[in-house]
Amino acid sequence: MSVIFELSKANRRCAVFPDRGVHQYKLSDGHVRKNLELPEVAEVDLVRHYMGLSRKAFGVDNGFYPLGSCTMKYNPKINEEVAALEGFNEIHPLQPASTVKGALKALKQLQDALCDLTGMDAMTLKPAAGAHGEFTGMQIIRKYFVSNGMPERNEVIIPDSAHGTNPASAAMNGLKVVAVKSNENGGVDLESLQAAVGEHTAALMLTNPNTLGLFDENIQEITRIVHEAGGLCYYDGANLNAVMGLVRPGDIGFDVIHLNLHKTFATPHGGGGPGSGPVGCKSFLAKHLPEPVIGENGFENSEDSIGSVRSFYCNFLVCMKALTYIKVMGADGLKLASENAVLNANYLLHKIKDIYDVSYDRVCMHEFVLSLQRLKDETGVSAKDVAKALLDFEIHPPTMYFPLIVHEALMFEPTETESRETLDRCAEVLRHLHGLAYSDPEYFKGVPHSTVVSQCDEVRAARNPVLRYEKDTEASA
Amino acid sequence: MSKYIVNSSEEQQEMLDELGCASFAELFRKAGVLGAPQLSIPEGVTEFEAYRDMAALAAENHVFKHVFRGAGSYKHFIPSAVKNIVSRNEFVTAYTPYQAEVSQGILQGIFEYQSMMCELTGMDVSNASVYDGGTAAAEAVMMCVDRKHHKILLSRGINPEYRKVVHTYHQFSDSIEIEEFGTDFEVDSNTAGVFVQYPDFFGNIPDLVKIKEKAGDAKLVVIANPTALGLLEAPGKLGADIVVGEGQQLGMPMSFGGPYLGFMCAKEKLVRQLPGRIVGQTVDKDGKTCYTLTLQAREQHIRREKASSSICSNEALCAFTAAVYLAAVGPKGLYDVADTSFQLAHYLADRLNEIGLSVVNKGEFFNEFVTECPIDSKELMKHLYEKDILGGLLLSNNRILWCATEVNTKEEIDWLVDVIREVL
Repeated sequence: MSVIFELSKANRRCAVFPDRGVHQYKLSDGHVRKNLELPEVAEVDLVRHYMGLSRKAFGVDNGFYPLGSCTMKYNPKINEEVAALEGFNEIHPLQPASTVKGALKALKQLQDALCDLTGMDAMTLKPAAGAHGEFTGMQIIRKYFVSNGMPERNEVIIPDSAHGTNPASAAMNGLKVVAVKSNENGGVDLESLQAAVGEHTAALMLTNPNTLGLFDENIQEITRIVHEAGGLCYYDGANLNAVMGLVRPGDIGFDVIHLNLHKTFATPHGGGGPGSGPVGCKSFLAKHLPEPVIGENGFENSEDSIGSVRSFYCNFLVCMKALTYIKVMGADGLKLASENAVLNANYLLHKIKDIYDVSYDRVCMHEFVLSLQRLKDETGVSAKDVAKALLDFEIHPPTMYFPLIVHEALMFEPTETESRETLDRCAEVLRHLHGLAYSDPEYFKGVPHSTVVSQCDEVRAARNPVLRYEKDTEASA
Repeated sequence: MSKYIVNSSEEQQEMLDELGCASFAELFRKAGVLGAPQLSIPEGVTEFEAYRDMAALAAENHVFKHVFRGAGSYKHFIPSAVKNIVSRNEFVTAYTPYQAEVSQGILQGIFEYQSMMCELTGMDVSNASVYDGGTAAAEAVMMCVDRKHHKILLSRGINPEYRKVVHTYHQFSDSIEIEEFGTDFEVDSNTAGVFVQYPDFFGNIPDLVKIKEKAGDAKLVVIANPTALGLLEAPGKLGADIVVGEGQQLGMPMSFGGPYLGFMCAKEKLVRQLPGRIVGQTVDKDGKTCYTLTLQAREQHIRREKASSSICSNEALCAFTAAVYLAAVGPKGLYDVADTSFQLAHYLADRLNEIGLSVVNKGEFFNEFVTECPIDSKELMKHLYEKDILGGLLLSNNRILWCATEVNTKEEIDWLVDVIREVL
């Protein structure tokens, strides 16, 4: 398919702008742009080009998306309609507080609901994504120790099963990362943790349920060990979809938390963003939240704040979508969502675990991890081959090769918004592929077979990067 | 029950039975979760009720009919085709395009975005976006510093929101020093980068060629207004090494500050320092042109604590929107938007000067400028609010930062001036 630059014809126009009748002002020649080569296309060409691209994209609305750790649940359409309201869209971030009362009230409602759900005392909606929330949370923890005269507490303990964003967010704030091993049940190894904590411990960063989809039964013991050593506990809310209305991180010893509105609260992922990564904390840390915070009279700043982690306040429209979702769901609906997320994951696992090896065989939470090491050893068919083969059945592949501690890992997260038939069919397809791996391993050589492209050459893309269209050297040649 | 849960209560029970669990409580007990907290969030309501509730909140906000405020968030016209295209569910509900085979549409769209941003800024490479203008500036700091160069010089002409973010981001770094400067600066052997805004927060158009000469070996980082680049020379042609900024102007509403678009472009030699996702063109097993995420060895999921940035989710749909907007307006449309904004701002400046709000800017400016007000600016603003006008931003008791864009008209400006004259 052509890139849009190739559709360009001189003097074709889509959007045209009114002549305001003022033309007398001149910019000096040195400042004036000489050349700008953007596409020149008519509206119908523009629309058809992008409709062409839309046919080559795959969202939750196209089909099953069991991408582990990403919580690809259905995105209700009412949320989009709410976010398009003029009263939310057409307000300037620097309008006087008296003219944005509804926006402030809505943000406060969202903060309060998220505090209630997580057992936190204060919340900021400022971070634009999960990793941005982690970064903010790490800043709050660093600020707390530095301002309390304990700058030497500069180590963050992170399990080896953690998302890569955890160590990266800690390191960006000058914190040293100490990795701890997982135990035979996929949880934090208590002895390793005990050995890792000490007078340099700033925090433990933990995802629970962890990235294997397992709830750590020692959780209270874990947070106690960290607190006794003088450290704080940070909860990565990536997997909150498993425990809404069932477990509050604030009740089991966590001091700081981030959430992902684009996972747990059903706002769409947009092909990679925008998201929203609110950060909550206990009251003793609240004064360090990024500025501004929403007080009784609108925005307020605190002298002890870490400062500002982005312009203005938050990904406001994403927050409005999440608030709408919470209103519709309510306390009852959120709990039901987590219950069904866990039920669906266990149901799918139950349908395949007689032939696939599960990384840890116990009742999982909202996701589970298979290890295809044995399949690979016996047939040569890898986790990636099976994942790619799912595409021919219009199932989005699960997360591959994560967490790093499981060999040939495939991580499935079906979410609560999928039917039993969808899960049954996915199980059938996985069983079919398992059989094929033994009967016809050659089948996997060319997977996927039915997609518009197959097996993109990633090595070539990295060795000879072509990162923009250039008229003269059309790379397709 | 709907709550977007598909299976009926009966089906849920059947599935539980199949798992050998009598109830959800038993399922969770087996998973290691005991008990449940009492929440104070109210019970859920129907969509009809939730919509009414949200619409009432929206109605409590005042949408100003006449806007003369910018300062980092701008009211521009958004073509209907742009809004329509970017609301396609295939784009909206997709994840990050890890699976290239079913993500060619998004990958190509981002590749086209990267290409357009390079063209607009005069740079060689672009990433697939970061959170916003402020975080783009903060991330650019990491692109400049190395073992021998730790100091960043930040112009006070940069939007104060962005400067605050830059300071916050690097406050716990052991090595990075950030210094601000007013009109002039001096580099030394430790200087890693010089950051300026183009046009600056007060609307002034800095002389980038001169600044680059003065910066010497330090990298010149230009925080650019992409709309202005429809009229102004590309920073890449004037010596910039890195061009970053806020892309909200390219098809996104003001929406109380977000979601917006942080764009980051650079010279080719800096590509491996560029944070975040990057899309590259390649071929598939049959030699067909295709697109994929590339150069991932820089990113957090590979490098973990050694990555220079932790960014994972970005603002992909906003980047996509910017590309659709740029294609919809084309080079002539972007010029018209920029030139009309420039013309109307200058007309507004002349008219305000006439009635005693003297313009402070000394050199050339784009579509924003500062006036000194002979009366208390706060009183003046209140008067304007009553007439449904969002006047310029108050910088101090007597200084106001004004803005005009193509959505304003000459008649509207004449009327604004009459309204101001009533209280002078």
